[in-house]
This record gives sequence, structure tokens and C-alpha cells, in this order.
Amino acid sequence: MLQIEDLQVKLGDKEILKHIDLEILPGETHILFGPNGSGKTSLLMTIMGYPQYRVTGGKILFKRQDITHMSVNERARLGIGMSYQRPPTIHGVKTRQMIEICAKEEVDVEALAKKVNFSEFLKRDVNEGFSGGEIKRSELLQLMAQDADLFLFDEPESGVDLENIALIGNTISELLQREFRIDLNKTQKERHRERTKMGLIITHTGFILDYVTADKGQVLFDGVLTCTTHPREIFRCISRVGYEECIRCAA
Amino acid sequence: MRSLDEMALRARDKTAKLGPDIDLDAYGSESVPHGYVENLNALSEADKIRMILAGVDAGETERSGTYVQKDTSVIHAHSIQEGLEVIPIKEALEQYDWVRDYYWKLVAVDTDKYTARAQLDLHNGYVIRALPGSKVIWPVQACMYMEKEGLSQNVHNIIIAEEGSELHIITGCATAAHLQGGLHVGVSEFYVKKNAKLSFTMIHYWAEEMMVRARSAGIVEEGGIFLNNYICMKPVRSLQMYPTTHLAGKGAVARFYSLLVGSPGSQMDVGGRIYLKEPDTRAEMISRAITNGGSIIARGDLIGEMPGVKAHLECQGLILNGGSIHAIPELEGMIDGVEMSHEAAVGKIAQDEILYLMSRGLSEDEASATIVRGFLSVDIPGLPPQLKAEIDRAVEQSDKDMMM
Repeated sequence: MLQIEDLQVKLGDKEILKHIDLEILPGETHILFGPNGSGKTSLLMTIMGYPQYRVTGGKILFKRQDITHMSVNERARLGIGMSYQRPPTIHGVKTRQMIEICAKEEVDVEALAKKVNFSEFLKRDVNEGFSGGEIKRSELLQLMAQDADLFLFDEPESGVDLENIALIGNTISELLQREFRIDLNKTQKERHRERTKMGLIITHTGFILDYVTADKGQVLFDGVLTCTTHPREIFRCISRVGYEECIRCAA
Repeated sequence: MRSLDEMALRARDKTAKLGPDIDLDAYGSESVPHGYVENLNALSEADKIRMILAGVDAGETERSGTYVQKDTSVIHAHSIQEGLEVIPIKEALEQYDWVRDYYWKLVAVDTDKYTARAQLDLHNGYVIRALPGSKVIWPVQACMYMEKEGLSQNVHNIIIAEEGSELHIITGCATAAHLQGGLHVGVSEFYVKKNAKLSFTMIHYWAEEMMVRARSAGIVEEGGIFLNNYICMKPVRSLQMYPTTHLAGKGAVARFYSLLVGSPGSQMDVGGRIYLKEPDTRAEMISRAITNGGSIIARGDLIGEMPGVKAHLECQGLILNGGSIHAIPELEGMIDGVEMSHEAAVGKIAQDEILYLMSRGLSEDEASATIVRGFLSVDIPGLPPQLKAEIDRAVEQSDKDMMM
């Protein structure tokens, strides 16, 4: 479980997250909406532990441990994984090597890469000259190897062409144990109950909702979580009237 | 014409244009006899280990020939492949007239006091030649080994890839573990003939008080390819080299890669100059330098003299823990229609790269080490796998030292 209590965060001198309360239970996936600059990425980076996001108040608990001041790699080892929107290129480090770094134990890199149609990129330096969609697949591949318990996705569909959006959507769904599958030995209810993976997904376009079922939607506006309800409902509202309504709610 | 000796005598006190001046009298030049070794496995384990670090395998696994010089004496020289000659240069100068066509033809004997010394007090060196059309499958290995404290080792090497041949050489310079200091003066002349391919990978493994002055030049004829890799990741007091390459035939290609690590107290001044003199010639020069307390000057100069030539220069430096890196990339386009570019950057390890790796589970130290190793792992097209493995090993080794 991820529990965020009264979290306040500064980036430089600017207060960017204000009194955030958020709870993601085991098996739950949440969608995070919000206009540009509202603090969505900041929230993910803070959960991941990026030191430039300075926690000035409140705390973050993960699996009942206070991780508020834990280093990034300790959080990764505890089971938090993040898919970045614009990850840095690391020259001389091959994508294959990166996958091996992510995996705690030995993994079949080839088989994983095949799943996201990324086999031919294994030899390339990680993120070097990758297109938007290639970056997303590379990030997913790393997360597949890392096998985290809480997945943070920063706009996983941005820059992805139509051909690959289903691939990415379905892979995320699988990572979050949300893929639909008829299982003769288990009812769907039992499968839902066995779900443990948690997800927090930032989306701009809402396309991801076509592939990933989510339990809750959150709207972040100017550093404040203004609304928690069904993600489809939020998406419909934003599609119709934009974030105007959120301003009213926040007021 | 004056004799080489006369010219050398006049240049005996001529200081070099680059690098701190060295008092040659501080280093003895008298010969140090070592007996010839038929089987390199008979060498002491300690010597063998040092040689392996510089890429020279006493077992000669996957090698097509070997030259080993210890101090001033040749202790081993032979070729095990047809079409390949490995001859000590003194022997070659006495026995074969053709060697004179290559000896001091690219490097001027009166360049400075170091070239003068290599003429006046030559210890030995190698001539490695691939005969026309021959393909040398395994690399040839050569080692300049220094054991005697305070010695000035003066060598002259000639490398010839005859027309249509393919030759790969790995040459290691290493010092015995106990050795602290000495001087290595090395002259090398490279001849890559029509449609020949030469790869020359040099790994330096010196001692903390070593002084090194290398004077090299090469010529590449039509359709020839010259691939030159230089790796120096171990301490050295002062190292200076600035080889010149002439692309003198249509479509000739030169690619130079260097990996440098500057330890505290080390001074390196390493660069290269390539003249693109004929149509369709191409040159690429890539240098990666890391300092953790040493001073590194990374130079590069590309001169385009013909329309349609292509040349690229890349100097990248990382300052990890004090020290300095001075990148001096130069491009000289002498005519319309040349295509030349350069890229230079000196900096530190980017924090966002460290954090990215940490978010995949690596500790901060592991993340830095991974980035540094990546920085030094340059993809070198056309290099045989054995030599790629040697470079990787050198990188891995230095990596361990750096991260202590």
C-alpha cells in the first residue's frame, strides 16, 4: 500500500505540492489528471525520491515503511518503479545491460524484449536517438524486468503512434495484473482479489483508459489534489469543459 | 644529402613543440642484455601478468605473431602466419634494403631531441609487414617491456600493410611492477597501401614516474583504411604524443579513437592530426578522457584540403575528482566543399543519469561506475573481437581502480 499524508514539496523555492493526501491500496490503479504544470510529474518524482523535490512536510509510507527520506535506489529495491517521459541517454550503456540492471535476478531479456517488439534495440545505447514511442517501450521493458509492486507511469502514451498504443496499453495492463483473461480455474472475482500490483498513471489524452481499467481518478491542480472519483467521469468532464470545472472545485 | 646521424646530431638538444621538456641525461641509455626466449611461457609469472594487462598474451592464443622487447633487447620475434613478417628493426636494417624506403620517411629524424635520440641511440623496435593481398586472421602482438629503473628505452617501429592486405596489431607498453620510472622514446611509421586495412591498437600500462614521448606518422593510400586505437588508463608522469596521418589516396579512411584516464600526478598531452588530401577521404577522431586528479590535454586537428572530404572530431571529457581537461579540437578547411565538424564537451557525470540508474536499483556508486564504463566504451567498427575484448578488459580494470 502507498500512503501519502499531508505531503508538501518544494522545488527550489517554489511550493509545488500542497497538502497531498493519497492512498493506493494493493491491487489498485489510479489515474492522475491535471493541466500542464499542475505538479503531476513532481508528485511521481517525489514518490520515486528525486532529491531536488524537497519534502517540507507530511510523509510517504510504502508497504508500511516511512520512505519519505529514503534514497531513490532503496525505494526501487522496495518495489517502486517508474516509467519516465523523457529519460536521459546513457552513452555506452546498452539497452540490454539496462534490462539486466533492472532485473533483481536473471531474466530472459530476449523474451521480454519480444513482448514489446524491442529486440532490435537491445544493442543500442539506452535512449540514444529513440523516438517518443521507442522510449515508452524501452521504459516498459525495464519495468517488466524490474517487476515492481508500485508502478508510476508518466504519460505512457505521449508520442506513441497508433500502431503501438495498443501494445503499450496492453503491456501496462498486464504489468498491473489488469489484463482480461478467461481462466477456467478462477473466477474473475477471484482474479481481482489476487491482484497486488499498484499503479499511478499520468495521462493527458486519456487514451490509456481504453486499455487499462482503473479504480480511481485524481485531479491535481496547482499542487492540490482537487478531486477523487471514477477516472472515466473525470475524463469526460475534462474533455467537455477542460480544467475549468476543476478550478471551480478547487475554489 | 646529410646522413641521418648528422641530422640527428644537430637536433640533439632541440626541445619539442609540445609537452614539458625532459632532461635526457637523467636517463641511462646503455644496453640491458636479456636472453632470447623461444617460448614466452618461460617468462616469469609477474612479467606475464603485466604483459597481459597491456594486451600481450604469452600463450599466443589467437595471435598470428609476436614481438617482445625487454628494456633494450629483443627477447622474442616471430610470425606464425604466411604473408606476415615480424622482424626486429636492427636486423631488418642490416638485412633488407627495402626497409630504408620506410625508415624515417614519414617522421623527420630532426623533429626534436627525442627523434634524434631514437636515431643516435636506437635500441631496437619492430618491422611488421603484411605482404600484398594477405589477410592476417589473428592480431599480431607486440610488447615494449621495461624493467630497468631509470632506463631510456629508444625504439623505432615500422608497420606496413601492403596492397590489398589486412593487418591487425595490438601493441602493449608495460613496465615491471617494481619499476617506478624511466623514459620511453618511440618512433612509429605506418604505411597503409592501396586497399589495405590496418588496425593498430595500443595499450599503455606505465609506471607512476614514467616519461613517454612518442613520435608517429602514417600514410594511407587509395582505398586504404587505418584504424588507430590508443588506450592509456594507468598513471604516467608525463606522456606526450601527436601523431600525424596523411590520407594521400582517393577514398582513404582514418579513424582514431583514444581513451585516457588521468590519475593524480599524471600529465597527458595526447592528440592527433589528419590531413585529408585527396577526394572522398574521410577521417574521424574520437577521444574520451577522464581525470580523477591528473591533467589531460586532448588535441585533435583535421585539415581538409580537397572538396568532398568528410571529417569529424569528438573530444569528450569527464572530471571526476579534481584534475583538469583541456580539449583543443581544431578544424582547418582549406577549400570550398569540405564537410568537417567537431563536438567537444567537458563536464561531470550528469546527476539525472545517476538518478535514473538508481531508480532501477543501483546504488549511487554503482550508478557512477556504470556511467563511467559506458563513457569509455566506444563502439569501434572494424575491430576484431579479440582486440575489442582487450579494450574492454582495460576499461574494466581502470574502472576498478577509479572507483576505489
